[in-house]
Amino acid sequence: MSSSPAGGSGAPGERVGEPLVEVEDLEVHFPAGGRRDRRVVRAVDGVSFTLARGETFGLVGESGCGKSTTGLALLRLVEPTAGRVHFDGTDVRGLSRRDLRAWRRRAGMIFQDPYASLDPRLPVGEIVGEALDIHDLHQGKQARRARIAELLERVGLAAAAADRYPHEFSGGQRQRVGIARALAGEPDFLVCDEPIAALDVSIQAQVMNLLAELQRDLGLTYLFIAHDLAAVQHVSDRIAVMYLGRIVELADRATLYRSPQHPYTRALLSAIPVPDPVRERQRERVPLVGDVPTPLDPPSGCRFRTRCPEVFEACGRVDPVLQPVGPGREGGGALPDVGSDPRAQGHLAACLLHGETGRPVERSDHRDAREAAPAG
Amino acid sequence: MSDTTLQQPSTRSRSRGAETWSALLSNKLAAAGLVVLVLLVLAAVFADVIAPYGYTDSDLTRRLQPPSASYWFGTDELGRDVLSRVIHGARVSLQVGAVAVGISLVLGTTIGLVAGYRGGWIDAVLMRAMDILFSFPVVLLAIAIVAVLSPSLVNTMIAIGIVFTPIFARVVRGSVLSVREEVYVRAARSLGASDLRILGRHVLPNVAAPIIVQTSLSLAFAILTEAALSYLGIGVQPPRPAWGLMLLDAQGFIPTGAWWMSIFPGLAIFLTVMALNLVGDGLRDALDPRQRSVIQARGAEA
Amino acid sequence: MSGQHPPAGGAHGAAAAASGAGPDGGADLVLSVRDLEVSFGTKRGTARVVRGLDYDLARGETLAIVGESGSGKSVSTLALTKLIPIPPGRVTGTAHLGEVDLIGLSEQELLPYRGRRIGFVFQDPMTSLNPVHTIGRQLTEGMRHHLRLSEADARDRAVDLLRQVGIPGAEHRLDDYPHQFSGGMRQRVVIAIGLSCGPDVLVADEATTALDVTTQAQLVDLVGQLQADLGMAVIWITHDLGVVAGIADRVLVMYAGEVVEQASVEELFARPRHPYTVGLLASLPVLGDFDRDELTAIPGLPPSATDLPPGCSFHPRCTFRDDPRCEHERPPLREVAPGHRVRSFYMVPEEEARHAAASERVAVEPPDVRDQGVVS
Repeated sequence: MSSSPAGGSGAPGERVGEPLVEVEDLEVHFPAGGRRDRRVVRAVDGVSFTLARGETFGLVGESGCGKSTTGLALLRLVEPTAGRVHFDGTDVRGLSRRDLRAWRRRAGMIFQDPYASLDPRLPVGEIVGEALDIHDLHQGKQARRARIAELLERVGLAAAAADRYPHEFSGGQRQRVGIARALAGEPDFLVCDEPIAALDVSIQAQVMNLLAELQRDLGLTYLFIAHDLAAVQHVSDRIAVMYLGRIVELADRATLYRSPQHPYTRALLSAIPVPDPVRERQRERVPLVGDVPTPLDPPSGCRFRTRCPEVFEACGRVDPVLQPVGPGREGGGALPDVGSDPRAQGHLAACLLHGETGRPVERSDHRDAREAAPAG
Repeated sequence: MSDTTLQQPSTRSRSRGAETWSALLSNKLAAAGLVVLVLLVLAAVFADVIAPYGYTDSDLTRRLQPPSASYWFGTDELGRDVLSRVIHGARVSLQVGAVAVGISLVLGTTIGLVAGYRGGWIDAVLMRAMDILFSFPVVLLAIAIVAVLSPSLVNTMIAIGIVFTPIFARVVRGSVLSVREEVYVRAARSLGASDLRILGRHVLPNVAAPIIVQTSLSLAFAILTEAALSYLGIGVQPPRPAWGLMLLDAQGFIPTGAWWMSIFPGLAIFLTVMALNLVGDGLRDALDPRQRSVIQARGAEA
Repeated sequence: MSGQHPPAGGAHGAAAAASGAGPDGGADLVLSVRDLEVSFGTKRGTARVVRGLDYDLARGETLAIVGESGSGKSVSTLALTKLIPIPPGRVTGTAHLGEVDLIGLSEQELLPYRGRRIGFVFQDPMTSLNPVHTIGRQLTEGMRHHLRLSEADARDRAVDLLRQVGIPGAEHRLDDYPHQFSGGMRQRVVIAIGLSCGPDVLVADEATTALDVTTQAQLVDLVGQLQADLGMAVIWITHDLGVVAGIADRVLVMYAGEVVEQASVEELFARPRHPYTVGLLASLPVLGDFDRDELTAIPGLPPSATDLPPGCSFHPRCTFRDDPRCEHERPPLREVAPGHRVRSFYMVPEEEARHAAASERVAVEPPDVRDQGVVS
């Protein structure tokens, strides 16, 4: 068994496609900050998706859209304020502190900043070996050292790296250390939060290839969070686009690129520069006006309506939910039954142009505006 | 694709403790400080052997003698040998400094760690208590504590220890607040680490630098506070010599020109504080792996 | 050391202009840099961060300097007006702005050039604005000092500038503080400051890197528009080849402190010849490229400036190297086509280079983002 760095549970290949992580109506609301301020920052505000075992699920969006908070919340590194997270049959939100710590062996995280995410006081071997000590794996001096060496080699570092300190490594090498640390507990699932954003261009490809290789060999499931849509598209099977705390569109990567259905997705796609001067200069853009509104007080109805080039009357009246879109699905309707393979869900978008599917905006949703009026 | 630069045989076969130690010694100033401290401690331990006279031996015919071949540091108003008293004084002063600061270090660090890491009402309660303690003048508070506990050397040390606790608590809490938010702490949590493990393994080592600096500063202040308490008659009881006490006794004889009575205990305090600060700074750098490689690179050049 | 170069119209300048990049030939040259070297004395020896840099910049032209961190791309422009600490820094060579060699000037003599003739826009709008002063004060400071404008005139012009960079309600915002602006708006303010004294050259140092793509798109357009209106030259320093493809006239690719390839933007992306440039292009994920599972990563790491490899600085990472000289001899910058120079003993054949080019990697035409598949 020791020859496979992260054995996982049984043969991962057999269960590929089964739901592994189910997220339903996840909410993370933070207090606004001020002592008297009762308002909340709606960082994540009703997010649902299901990850199939063995897939890479991309989560994209611009800064402040809640994508990183979503990743942290489903590992309970930030406590969700509402919603359901199920992991391979386990109700993650229901776990006691002790059980939660034990569960973390199965679901790990890779962080954005390879400088900040490694403890500067510990040699690399200790950093990588931490999960071994926590979960009593490969105990005994020899076994522990062998396992650490194996993990380091698995991510493309020499075993001798174990005795060195993080500051002696470049960004790309540090990110490899971070990946080795996450693999130590033999997880099934990794949240990769902007794992390449802080790296140089020529190193980004190395790390993306490494992640893909590990997934192939170890049967890992990834939630890949990034703002770089080109990178997300390269590594992901399916992609969800987030805007202001909500998922606005979800589709497999090719569909999302070839026929984006939400105006925000189209704007995002059109803003990404292409490394080809001929195409780049002909590229048509969907210009977006203004800035992202504050998550303290998101617009009622569709959250994108204040910037949407295709806004119409219903957008303020109905709060759209994800509905099936794309060829053969015009006119909207209920969500298809996911069944055993979440990837069969198809193409979803939360936009009223596809039919007025959503929650009518109630008057109480305007409470903030009404209260503010007499005061101002 | 392994990195070629890492294929070279590792030169790191020594333990981390040995590495810290060698980094500390390769810092010349810290090494000098360490030598001074070792000498002081030896002097304190073997005071009875080293000192040419007993600290109470007085010869009233030889009062207020300036330094000479038989009395290197001169004599005081009772004809006692200043050198012998400085040597014996090291015992009391170092003891008071070490024990008092030890108390405040342990108490203050624990309070600061818990308050900074847990936050919320625990933080609020602990730190308000520290603020109250801190708002009294140091000597006044110490007097109050000694008054309650009855004057003795041990109680003086306890009093000084309590008085200095809020300083450590504040310094530690402030550092913990920032270290707590570090990504590597979150990373440890993501692996399933318990709070105790995170505190001991990640937070404490990363707040060590300000604690070390505060410790060497506090040791100096503790010696001076002991002097003040002794002067007020509630600290070290005469005729036991302590540097602070000697300094205060000497005050009255400065106009008479007996400079040696104040210079030598003063010098002893100065040397001790200086040595502590040098060792403290050196230790801070030697414990930091990033600084350590700089120190070693510099050492290799020289 | 700094021989008197004619400020404009040298043989080199004429060649650059003849390559079709310079709009009007040598007479319009604003900046001419020759043999620029920047080094720093460090504990580990001398770090040679810029080595023998030559380029010309014509009025209205956009020169992109591309490279990874540590390639010397930022330092090379900061050194022009000695915005680096000297010592330990050391700058040699010449940089003629009009008739004047900036490198030969003292700190005092350089003051009228900083901000006035060469404007800078830095990466982080958060730290390049002073949080305790109003936008108006920071915007008028340079104009009052360099242009000797009265306070009223400077404020009038500041409002014009804010309007020019697209800040709504410009006249009401002068007395606002930086934190009252969003990230994108703040960077617009920084651009306005960079433009305030009507510089001949605007240096945009990773000016859009910290911003979201939709905001980046707006700012790239803005700078292009301003450049067309004001006729200044722009040096755009970035690692993002997509942005380069959109804005640059000519491109310098830097690696380990030296230029490894320099060409017009069309030429560079269509016919890259240096192994590093080809590797960089091939390692990029491209939107719509669904065919490759693995990105062609450049192996290894960039060298440290204190420990440059002998011979070609790229040879330890080069997958093409076949010449014994690679390891011993520094390759010269050779002209392979008019205006296209390459510092390599091995010129990547067009066939192989094409494999890396984005234009060849996306078979499907990008979607028409304006309206597709949406039921309106």
